[in-house]
Amino acid sequence: MAPAKKRNVSSKANAKKIKIDFEGIVERILKSRKHANDVFDVLEFLQSEKEKDVICAVDACCKLFCTLLKRKDLFIGKLPGEDEAIKGEHSPDEKYKIFMRHRYNNCVEILLEHLHHETHEVKESALCCLMKFAAEQGLHPLEDLDWSEYFSFPRELIQAVVHNILSQSLDNSLLISRFQEFLEMDDIRYYVMSFIRDNVATVMNKSKGAVLPVYQSNVFTLMLNINMPSQETELTNFMVKQETKHEDWKAAKLHDHKRAFERMWLGFLKYKLPNSMYKKILVVLHDSILPHMSKPTLMIDFLTAAYDVGGAISLLALNGLFVLIHQHNLDYPDFYKKLYNLLEPSVFHVKYKARFFHLANLFLSSSHLPVYLVAAFAKRLARLALTAPPTALLMVLPFIYNLIRRHPSCRVLIHKPSSEDELLEDPYVMEEVDPALCHALESSLWEIKTLQKHYHPDVAKAAMLINTPMTEQEDDISEVLEITSYELMERDLKPTESKSFPLEFETAAHLLEGRGEVLGRHFCLA
Amino acid sequence: MGKAPKKKNLADKVRKAKAATEIKNNPFEVKINRKKFDVLGRKSKHDVGLPGVSRSKAIIKRKETLLKEYKQKNKSNKFIDRRLGEYDAKMAPEDKILQRFAIERQRAHGKRDVYNLNEEEELTHYGQSLAEIEKFNDTVGSDDESEEKGLLSAELTASHFGGGGGLLRKKTSGGYQEDEQGGQKIKSRQELIEELIQKSKQEKRERQVQKEEAQELTEKLDQDWKSIQALMVKKTPKAENVDKPEEKAKPEEYDMMVRELGFEMKAQPSEKMKSPEELAKEEKEKLQKLEADRLRRMMGDEGGDGVQSQVHMSADDLNDGFVLDKHDKKTLAYQDGKWNIEEETEDDKEEEGESEKEEGSEAEGENEEDDDDDDEDDVEEEGEEGSGEDEDGHSDLESEQESENEENDEEEEASSSRQQQQQQTLNREELKARQEAAKAELPYTFAAPESYEDLKDLLHGHTPDNQRLIVARTQKCNHPSLAAGNKLKLQKLVGFLMEYMGELATRSPPELGTIDKLIPELYALCQMFPEAAGKSMQSILGDAAHSMEEAVEVKGHAAFPTLDMLVYLKVTALLFPTSDFRHPVTTPALLFISLTLTKCLVRSLQDLTSGLVLCCLAVEYVSLSKRFLPELINFLSGTLHLAVQDKASAGCMVVPPFRLSGKYSDLLVLSNSESCSSWRKENLPLSATQQLELKSDLNKDHYRLNCLSTCLDLVKRCCLLYKDLTSFTHIFQPIRTLLSKHLSSHMLPSPLQELHSEILEAISSASVTHTRLVFEKKKPIPLKLFTPKIVEVLDYGKKRGSTREEREKERLKHKYKKEFKGALREIRKDSRFLAREKLSEVMNRDAERKRKVKELLGSLATQEGEWKALKRKKRK
Repeated sequence: MAPAKKRNVSSKANAKKIKIDFEGIVERILKSRKHANDVFDVLEFLQSEKEKDVICAVDACCKLFCTLLKRKDLFIGKLPGEDEAIKGEHSPDEKYKIFMRHRYNNCVEILLEHLHHETHEVKESALCCLMKFAAEQGLHPLEDLDWSEYFSFPRELIQAVVHNILSQSLDNSLLISRFQEFLEMDDIRYYVMSFIRDNVATVMNKSKGAVLPVYQSNVFTLMLNINMPSQETELTNFMVKQETKHEDWKAAKLHDHKRAFERMWLGFLKYKLPNSMYKKILVVLHDSILPHMSKPTLMIDFLTAAYDVGGAISLLALNGLFVLIHQHNLDYPDFYKKLYNLLEPSVFHVKYKARFFHLANLFLSSSHLPVYLVAAFAKRLARLALTAPPTALLMVLPFIYNLIRRHPSCRVLIHKPSSEDELLEDPYVMEEVDPALCHALESSLWEIKTLQKHYHPDVAKAAMLINTPMTEQEDDISEVLEITSYELMERDLKPTESKSFPLEFETAAHLLEGRGEVLGRHFCLA
Repeated sequence: MGKAPKKKNLADKVRKAKAATEIKNNPFEVKINRKKFDVLGRKSKHDVGLPGVSRSKAIIKRKETLLKEYKQKNKSNKFIDRRLGEYDAKMAPEDKILQRFAIERQRAHGKRDVYNLNEEEELTHYGQSLAEIEKFNDTVGSDDESEEKGLLSAELTASHFGGGGGLLRKKTSGGYQEDEQGGQKIKSRQELIEELIQKSKQEKRERQVQKEEAQELTEKLDQDWKSIQALMVKKTPKAENVDKPEEKAKPEEYDMMVRELGFEMKAQPSEKMKSPEELAKEEKEKLQKLEADRLRRMMGDEGGDGVQSQVHMSADDLNDGFVLDKHDKKTLAYQDGKWNIEEETEDDKEEEGESEKEEGSEAEGENEEDDDDDDEDDVEEEGEEGSGEDEDGHSDLESEQESENEENDEEEEASSSRQQQQQQTLNREELKARQEAAKAELPYTFAAPESYEDLKDLLHGHTPDNQRLIVARTQKCNHPSLAAGNKLKLQKLVGFLMEYMGELATRSPPELGTIDKLIPELYALCQMFPEAAGKSMQSILGDAAHSMEEAVEVKGHAAFPTLDMLVYLKVTALLFPTSDFRHPVTTPALLFISLTLTKCLVRSLQDLTSGLVLCCLAVEYVSLSKRFLPELINFLSGTLHLAVQDKASAGCMVVPPFRLSGKYSDLLVLSNSESCSSWRKENLPLSATQQLELKSDLNKDHYRLNCLSTCLDLVKRCCLLYKDLTSFTHIFQPIRTLLSKHLSSHMLPSPLQELHSEILEAISSASVTHTRLVFEKKKPIPLKLFTPKIVEVLDYGKKRGSTREEREKERLKHKYKKEFKGALREIRKDSRFLAREKLSEVMNRDAERKRKVKELLGSLATQEGEWKALKRKKRK
């Protein structure tokens, strides 16, 4: 008793005592109904300014209401208004229950508000508490229904949680990653997916198609955190176990999960996305979204739209498209023409270079491609190689060689003996969009000849290969796809015994001198 | 049980051996494998084959295995061998027997034996029952024993008791009668004894002979010794003299020779050529001497030649040359309101000048600088030395006080005596200035810095020229030939020096002048230790590239390297050859340049300046080898694109890191086209890569034009460099369109217009036509010649012309083939054997049946015959 009163005197002086307070209060409330009014104290603390107090209060609430839920000390069924209840004819026992139920509702409201709190700790503890309530509610439902007909699940509560997590102003990625723990449970996942869809639909409709970067990134993070099961037998982890007809429950069926997943993503992708989000989605699309959809072909529209955007986004869309073409029989007209036009100088400089060339290698591995097409690709790549960094060159040269090996009729590109030594201009038309009209087959790969004078010894050696007939064995380009400049440097930096350091013989006297004095002509020491 | 098979085995062996030799000698059994070549000294196992034997062996083996299997084929019961450890190869046979025995005993020790008190258990000794032995039936045993043990005693008894030959013989004959088995043994024993006696006698004789010989030898030795003794005292006994006249002649000749040689003129050693080590040592000594001189002068001591003639010897003097110089040093004190440091004379100065000239190249002109410039720089050094003087002063406190005045007088006297009158005209101020100059002069020896901090301390507060001198002197004082650890020290110095240069470049403002001065020293050090220099440069480049790569991974782009990296890259070009195809330092450096040119975004004029410096460096790097550097062209065309005013017009192609449009794509666009007229080409300062402050728009425009002119000049150089590349036109296509369409010359100041037109001309003049690509012509394969190709074979029996892996592969292949064939052959033989067995089985069965049928028929026939006979009888 005494400490409870003390609160008013020295609440901020000793936080520790307060913690003890809470335990005492909770115990008292639970022990006898006399002290029921102490619950207001706890709720007051829950709204306090100090984070420590709030967190302690959240813990206390969690303990208190969880026990009450277990004891079924909360009113079950349609809740009458507080005033009505006091006036109405209820037994004291029922009155108490109604009172407590109202307090519980207040508490949940406050906790949901706390999901928008500035500090992460508060958010996190509020979230955990809410999820504990949800778990208890699932076991001891507060609705008065015939449970043989319905499936018990705290829908409202979870919906409110999802609604509050997907904030439109705050980046909640930390909280969402905490939430992922709960998404491991299959029923929660199922319902969350459908709630996300509803939420996205309402929010985006309200914004009338405008881009909401924070909100969308929150949604995206949450959706990305959903780990879909791959087999029906994996669906075993439930928060609420239905006593009757568990098998008929939608949350227990993989097919329904997939449907929900698919509808969620399609609902999300329907709206306009920021560019960075576009890229992020495309990066993960092929291995974490497409396999879990019940009908992956529904993604065609999205992917073709992305493929037409151009630039890096097109490159990324390629991967998803490939999955669709390869596994779902998608027929894509002018696919190769578009691929040909994706080859720009920037292709060697973008982040997704390795992925692009891996796929391009797959696409061009077919032996049924027409020769003109392969030649056009080879020639264009060679032309672009004139602006490529050495890391890209080490990859693109074997790539071109592989093309020529696969299609021996392309050998004319590097070997076309003619009777007289005719001199000719390069007939290849770089600007031509259609690979059929670019006259690549009539040209030769002079660019590779140029690259034989490249400054990097490895590149120069690789380019030297066109001087002699090539071996039949294809080069494995997967090793060089992701080579970095630093790795390339390390080849020379690695200490070996035989390495000697030849020296410059011209005596150096000044910083700006030496080798044509280019630096000295344009710069001065200052 | 155990013995029987053994015996059999023995017998078998004997028989077999017999059979084997028989077979081997039988020409019909032997198949001789013809050898192609007879190689001397080679033993081959397979020159003779015994087909019959091996065939019968194989058949026997098959009978034991295959046939048994065949017979057991459809049988479900099985023979299980439960013998203990029968198939345990690990068990030693003794163990096996022991364990089996133990088990047997255990089994025997059954229930019924519980009350059995050793009744059935038979004790044995050497396999014989003890009970039987105890009966003493066999008296032979004891006899045997005496025979065996008393071999000699029997003989002895015979001799001792005077048995004589007859008795002995009688005994033997008795033995004959007594013993059925031992007759031969006794005979042999006798022989043995005789042999023994003979042996002992022989030994005795031999010993005697040896003794005699030894005596003879010693006698001989004594005689020899006498003769030698005579020689030694130069008194040859007459007898010996007569005996060995030849022997005497020889030593005399030799002696004469020796004497002659002794008197001969010896070649005088000439002055040796000095090795580099010695030179270095000398140099070091010189420097040390100079240093000592300098120190003394700084202290105010005079030339030191006979001025202080009377040297006072202290009682503590160890006479080791160490002078606790009472006369040299004095406490720092004021005298007449001035420092009491002694004056320096004109002579000293001159001497110093000469000595420094001797020092050679590195000391050129240091003289004046030392005297003039450096006075202010060495304030702290002065302080230090001042304190040093203080400490020294403690030693001679008492004498100092008194002698101070007179000493000064003395000095003045001495100097006046030497220098005559003009010296005295120099007033005190002048003298003092000179003193300071001497003090400010650099020390001549330096310890090599142990850490980077040491080097920094060493060089701190010196002018660039002095820093260079310090490094040079450090290098000389620590020449690797002077001490063992010096090499390491100097190698470290290389790294420290490079680090120091980097630090100089990162200071603001960068001290590039100092770096410039230090370059020759670094070059010299690098020539001495290419390895150390290369390694430290490699680590610098590696670290820089690593951090840049990390930045690129995180952000997708990186910031331009700071000035120190630019300096390092330039230094790399100065120290190492850039034209090598592959060089452990310059190749990574070039890669680093390319990395920066592709990954660093140009966001300001500073960045652009850095980029242009890198481009200059790149051009320098490839100027000799004319290698193609795509990033360079990309960067230059991107830079030109920055100067284009309206980016909207199509036809431009830029490569990352540049963008077609954006915030930073107008960096080089002039704010006011008027500023062209007032522009004059100026060299850009290197520090502009770090910070650039341009106040007015005009200044900015001028800076832009400077950048543009640098860029155009670089483009021109590139044009000349890459003129011969096959794809020249395609490489320069973007630049061409930029220059001709978007950056037309009328907008540029006249010097740039010139460059502009030159570039365009160079690009358009290049040939656009090429011959088609063909493979290099292969060398025609020469016709096979009939003359044998003679190759020197160094390792016999090894296949040549292939790598180790290939040989291994070949060997495995061969082995596999052999095994495969062998297995196939075995299988065939097995099936043939089985077929034969089956056939013989069938034949046996048939024969049996035939026999039975015959029997039956026979019995029937007899029956019939009997019956007929009976009938006939009846009829009769």
